[in-house]
Amino acid sequence: MKKDWLSIRTVVAAGIGAAIFIILRYISIPVGFIPNTTVQLSYIFLALIAVIYGPVAGGLIGLIGHSLGDALQYGSVWWSWVIVSAIVGIGFGLASRFLKISDGEFGWKSIAVFNVFQLVTQAIGWFLIAPALDIAIYGEPANKVFVQGFTAGILDIVTVGIFGTLLIWLYAQTRTKAGSLKKEA
Amino acid sequence: MKMQMLSYIERATPIHRMTGAAKLVCFIIWSVIAMTTFDTRILVFMLIAGIVIFRMANVHLREIAFVLGFILIFLLLNNLGIYIFAPQQGSSIYGTVHILLHLPGSYSLTLEQLFYQLNVTLKYFAVIPFALLFIVTTHPSEFAASLNRIGVSYRIAYAVSITLRYIPDVQRSYHEITQAQQARGIDLSKKEKLWRRMRQAAAIIIPLVFSTLDRIEVISNAMELRRFGMKKKRTWYDERPFACIDYLAVAFSMLLLILSLWLSFHRGSRYYNPFN
Amino acid sequence: MKKKIIAFKAFSFKYRSQESPSLHAINLTIHQGERVLITGPSGSGKSTLGRCLNGLISNAYKGEIRGTLEIMGARSDDQTLSALSRKVGTVLQDTDAQFIGLTVGEDIAFALENDAIPQARMKRAVQQAAERVGMERFLKQSPHELSGGQKQSVAMAGVMVDPVNILLFDEPLANLDPLSGRSAMHLIDRIQKETGVTVIIIEHRVEEVLEIGIDRIVLVADGRIAADAPPDQLLSSGILGAHGVREPLYLTALKRAGIPITPELHPESLDRIKMGSIVKSLRDWAEVTIPERAQTSGQPILELSHVCFGYEPNRPALEHVSFSVQAGERIALVGKNGAGKSTLTKLICGLEQPDSGAIYVGGVDIRTQTIRERSAKTGLVMQNPNQMLSQNIVFDEVAFGLRIRGIDEEKIGSRVCETMKVCGLYPYRNWPVSALSFGQKKRVTIASVLVLEPSLLILDEPTAGQDYQHYTEIMRFLESLNDKGVTLIMITHDMHLMLEYTDRALVMADGQLIADRHPADLLSDSEIAARANLKTTSLYHLAERAGFSNPSALVYRFIQGEKRRRSRSEDADAQLH
Ligand SMILES: Nc1ncnc2c1ncn2[C@@H]1O[C@H](COP(=O)(O)OP(=O)(O)OP(=O)(O)O)[C@@H](O)[C@H]1O
Ligand SMILES: Nc1ncnc2c1ncn2[C@@H]1O[C@H](COP(=O)(O)OP(=O)(O)OP(=O)(O)O)[C@@H](O)[C@H]1O
Ligand SMILES: [Mg+2]
Ligand SMILES: [Mg+2]
Repeated sequence: MKKDWLSIRTVVAAGIGAAIFIILRYISIPVGFIPNTTVQLSYIFLALIAVIYGPVAGGLIGLIGHSLGDALQYGSVWWSWVIVSAIVGIGFGLASRFLKISDGEFGWKSIAVFNVFQLVTQAIGWFLIAPALDIAIYGEPANKVFVQGFTAGILDIVTVGIFGTLLIWLYAQTRTKAGSLKKEA
Repeated sequence: MKMQMLSYIERATPIHRMTGAAKLVCFIIWSVIAMTTFDTRILVFMLIAGIVIFRMANVHLREIAFVLGFILIFLLLNNLGIYIFAPQQGSSIYGTVHILLHLPGSYSLTLEQLFYQLNVTLKYFAVIPFALLFIVTTHPSEFAASLNRIGVSYRIAYAVSITLRYIPDVQRSYHEITQAQQARGIDLSKKEKLWRRMRQAAAIIIPLVFSTLDRIEVISNAMELRRFGMKKKRTWYDERPFACIDYLAVAFSMLLLILSLWLSFHRGSRYYNPFN
Repeated sequence: MKKKIIAFKAFSFKYRSQESPSLHAINLTIHQGERVLITGPSGSGKSTLGRCLNGLISNAYKGEIRGTLEIMGARSDDQTLSALSRKVGTVLQDTDAQFIGLTVGEDIAFALENDAIPQARMKRAVQQAAERVGMERFLKQSPHELSGGQKQSVAMAGVMVDPVNILLFDEPLANLDPLSGRSAMHLIDRIQKETGVTVIIIEHRVEEVLEIGIDRIVLVADGRIAADAPPDQLLSSGILGAHGVREPLYLTALKRAGIPITPELHPESLDRIKMGSIVKSLRDWAEVTIPERAQTSGQPILELSHVCFGYEPNRPALEHVSFSVQAGERIALVGKNGAGKSTLTKLICGLEQPDSGAIYVGGVDIRTQTIRERSAKTGLVMQNPNQMLSQNIVFDEVAFGLRIRGIDEEKIGSRVCETMKVCGLYPYRNWPVSALSFGQKKRVTIASVLVLEPSLLILDEPTAGQDYQHYTEIMRFLESLNDKGVTLIMITHDMHLMLEYTDRALVMADGQLIADRHPADLLSDSEIAARANLKTTSLYHLAERAGFSNPSALVYRFIQGEKRRRSRSEDADAQLH
């Protein structure tokens, strides 16, 4: 196929992925060690699906999931953060080139690669781009948006680092190696 | 758990009859205006126009009340945040200081700050009616066709359509998986310890995620079997042709955008300054 | 001689993750305009064969192909999926997955949209296709508001909008109530007659498919073609039974009556069977007394009183449902698609709360208990296996409930393995659930509940998509549990299952309980049967054709005979061990 960068699978992954991204915004799990804080499940899921389906799917899920999610939940869209979500999705997806998740490989090396990618893109996204866009679009005070971006970023990096890695590892476990299934008496 | 979401509300009004594409274009233009300008006059005009059109669409306030609640809380927090972090932002933008209330440190309340925060708030309020209207008056089936109409690749447009199609489905499966797991002995009531609750939440989230990964495969197969993506172009069953009102709405929005940009350039700043 | 349209030559296929092929050396030719039924045990490779025809193998499912498959004169691996999809229209095993559009109209139009057909022409084509399947009034409805039968019709319209040469149906009847199943078959029949397409149906329910006249039956067993013959010959050979596929009931009855089945008898259709010589043997055989009713003893284990419930306000799914169940009873819950049967089970297990009315399990009002406390007593196997599966490996899935209850691992191991043997899953215990066929997945969910040994067991369509062999094994196990005092409630569309394995039937229609009586009395009440979309079994028709004054007598005779056979073979089993 010519349009390989946007295959049917990518389109469907983006569409259904965004639907889950949106639903997960409504579900929260308490983090035991920090009171009154909940894990942002959406980005953990985004990490998994971007690592499986690549940067295009990841970027589209960030874009569609965040903008549509905002619109459906709040009736307005916070564009600066939508863009960051898209960038983060692309960043997660870029790691897929260096990983072989679909073959069930996710050892220490892969874990390191994934975490480097997620750390770098999320840092750029939340610490730099999000505040910059907030200032440019909404004219908000610089120190406020940097503090906001910083807290959101740190929290996301940590949760994706722990739970995202775990989820991808779980997924890799479910992949079966070629030619490995046989009936046992 | 009840997930509150906006959805299409069926009514017979001129706003509902407008094509999705026209509404989308208008929404985008108005968002751009609101993003780029700090001109209070234009923002106030947009807000009033928004409310008028909202009335025309015959959407009742209670149908969207939960969203308004969210928005008000959010704006309140945002305003507090701005004030805590930058109490003198207004003065530095407008270049004057009119102190209303003396407070310790740099926290004195100035007229400029109030005006600046009013503008920030207005920027949100000015688009909210349009965003709401677009969502509640455009049938989801028309949504993808509209995106494609304004130049978005039909594959991406279809991804959006799939999202809208599957949100209720995913919601249902979340509900069903929760039930099934509870029927097998997982207790989600608050009687359990925190870390156990976390593990048990995982027993629901993980099947939800993995079952949808399967679904991605199944749906791609079904779409492939019916030839999605084989041609450069695609037509839409639910697309509607542009009517007079659609052209009018788009033209009006464009004019407003030009006016707003012209005012900004003319002034050399996007802030409308009543203080000098 | 008609034109060859499909030709498998020495064809084999192995899924990437499998060690050995799922299809071996298939040689199969199908001609233009034929109607072919593909049947075989669960997990034998029927869906896999279908996937080869529509090109999903090897476009979506990766693996190794040997040999050749020609579709309309061109090799399938030389054709793109889109070229193939113009020739083969597929209705998938899982209708929920088939739906792509937001509304019925959009979904039917999907293929036309992709061909960039102008809208005006598209609307006309959709209208026509919808009229053909009788769904023109539902074009604006969303798919999940449709009943199972309606979904099936829409899926058919969706593949019919553009002219295909081959229509492939993967288990079109699973989950349909008897009447909806029959109308789905008649729809297929009509479409085939009108358009002359080749029709391939994959089904376990042979008898229902035969109703519309089939040219050929292909029996798949263990990835090979075990038989390929016209129905009259194949049915005479008795090979279906030998491979654990259920023969038409009327044929089993004839055999039990000692009547040899030959092609001359026309066994392929109840209406065509030559009755002349066999009437006498049938009458002699069915000479029996009416059986004793199962005595209801014990205490009430479940009581519902005026239960009302609706998923959405103003759209009740259940209205004033009241009944009570004694410990040790075997109950069938039957009724048409969308009647509220599955909803009722959710309420009993406390997954949903009644809007009004009360439910008592073992004398305790369930509102006072958490779902988990309830689950200690009540086990529920849900209709859709995908909702229940949460673990990756089959063994872990079955062990899941025990592990939550904190039982030690050694005990779990033996209990799980025992249950898996009953359900025919033991060879697959270390497989990922995703590599199982649909029927196998359903059995995993049954095993995962059986292993918990609840005292009230509710099964939502336990036998849908199962072959006869597994069906009997599971039912026998359930009977043995029942003998130990477990109460069984089974939701089913299989009228014979109801007659053979239950003593009491609760009938639902449109959210109401419309009857509560002995199963055998039910089907002779034509008013109730019509309201609940039920239909008599073919045994009843057989008796009518043989001129029985009381057709039920034959049905009783048959069921008694089957029960006796079962207890005999159990004795034999016991002696062996
Ligand atoms: N995606 C897959 N990956 C690996 N193995 C598979 C896959 N799908 C099916 N199989 C295997 O191929 C065999 C045949 O499966 P198939 O789905 O064709 O059975 P079936 O005859 O349609 O059964 P059922 O009546 O239960 O639907 C099974 O043993 C199954 O384990
Ligand atoms: N989760 C749900 N949300 C809203 N409506 C539902 C839901 N589940 C079922 N319904 C509706 O409730 C009614 C009863 O559905 P139910 O699943 O209980 O039927 P059923 O008797 O089990 O049918 P079938 O034989 O087809 O399985 C139907 O009209 C259905 O559309
Ligand atoms: Mg199958
Ligand atoms: Mg049901």
